[in-house]
Amino acid sequence: MDLKKIAVAGSLESSDILITIEPSDEKEIYIHLKSSVEKQFGKQIIKTIRETLIEIGVKKAVVRAVDKGALDCVIKARVQGAACRAAGIIEYKW
Amino acid sequence: MKKLRRTMMYVPGNNPGMIKDAHIYGADSVMFDLEDSISLKEKDSARFLVYNALKTIDYGETEIVVRVNGLDSPFGKEDFEAIVRAEPEVIRLPKAERAQDISDADYLISKIERKAGIEAGKIKLMAAIESAVGVINAYEIAKASPRIIGIAIGAEDFVTDMKTTRSLDGIELLMARSQIVLAARAAGIYALDTVFSDVNDEHGFIKEVELIKQLGFDGKSVINPRQIDPVHKIYTPGKKEIDKAIRVIRAIEEAKAKGLGVISLDGKMVDAPVVERAKRVLDLANCKGSI
Repeated sequence: MDLKKIAVAGSLESSDILITIEPSDEKEIYIHLKSSVEKQFGKQIIKTIRETLIEIGVKKAVVRAVDKGALDCVIKARVQGAACRAAGIIEYKW
Repeated sequence: MKKLRRTMMYVPGNNPGMIKDAHIYGADSVMFDLEDSISLKEKDSARFLVYNALKTIDYGETEIVVRVNGLDSPFGKEDFEAIVRAEPEVIRLPKAERAQDISDADYLISKIERKAGIEAGKIKLMAAIESAVGVINAYEIAKASPRIIGIAIGAEDFVTDMKTTRSLDGIELLMARSQIVLAARAAGIYALDTVFSDVNDEHGFIKEVELIKQLGFDGKSVINPRQIDPVHKIYTPGKKEIDKAIRVIRAIEEAKAKGLGVISLDGKMVDAPVVERAKRVLDLANCKGSI
């Protein structure tokens, strides 16, 4: 999946996460996380973001995530949503 | 026991906090909405959220329904592609007007079930009828697919189509409600009533639930957890009603054992319709653990 522009998904409401994703010239995925539960779950949140991106074929990107206590399935949904918006994908391979 | 669908609680499909807790309030069904409660620019986001939630969260005994966008909208097909694969019990189709709307949805679901390796016919359908044409075609809609388990009236769009507004006594909905119950009963499926939007008007809400129960509806759509208990209370039979139903069932079982068709209980004839009503009372009572 090729990211073409900066895109955002999610919100700053409780139980949600705001994901901003942008294309990168580097060959890696960079993730910057802010979370009220960073100390307890930071590693797990970053792992979920990274795994979701790899699963949908994103190899290079810069991700900024502001977490408000989102479940893993919410993180996954917001990353998929932001990545598809950034890649301009309307029909997803479910 | 026949499944109870006394309450179906609307949950906006793009609200993670509500999606995660939706089942804890005790509604018989929870309906995640991808249609009217989601703005056009958030349709994709809500679809991803509901899909992932259904793939992950165990909602226990609560029936899960997803209201998709219509196939005549730019979002409908993609909603079906995602939601069928997430395997809710029921997909609710909005603004059904003709049998063809149901056949089209049925065809698409079958195709996706096949591709995804889901048991054929597993995903059920419910149709919301929200226009004059839809009400006129209610029976054809109710019979259009073996997947259809119920039809519901969507009053807000219906009254707009009828060039009127909603009133507290619901006179403007009487014909449509009656037609929908009639069609549902003739087709052997469930009939569900529309939402009552003013969550602070408990008295008005209770009056409306009493009315729709009397009309024969199986239950009501609710928009707030506060509306669940009043509906369940109204639909739960009292002790006197339960005792009578038990006596009817016992009497008919004894009669059957003796080879009798029709019997008398307390001086009144007990025949098939009386037994049917007694069974319905016990179904409703059973759920509350009243017996």
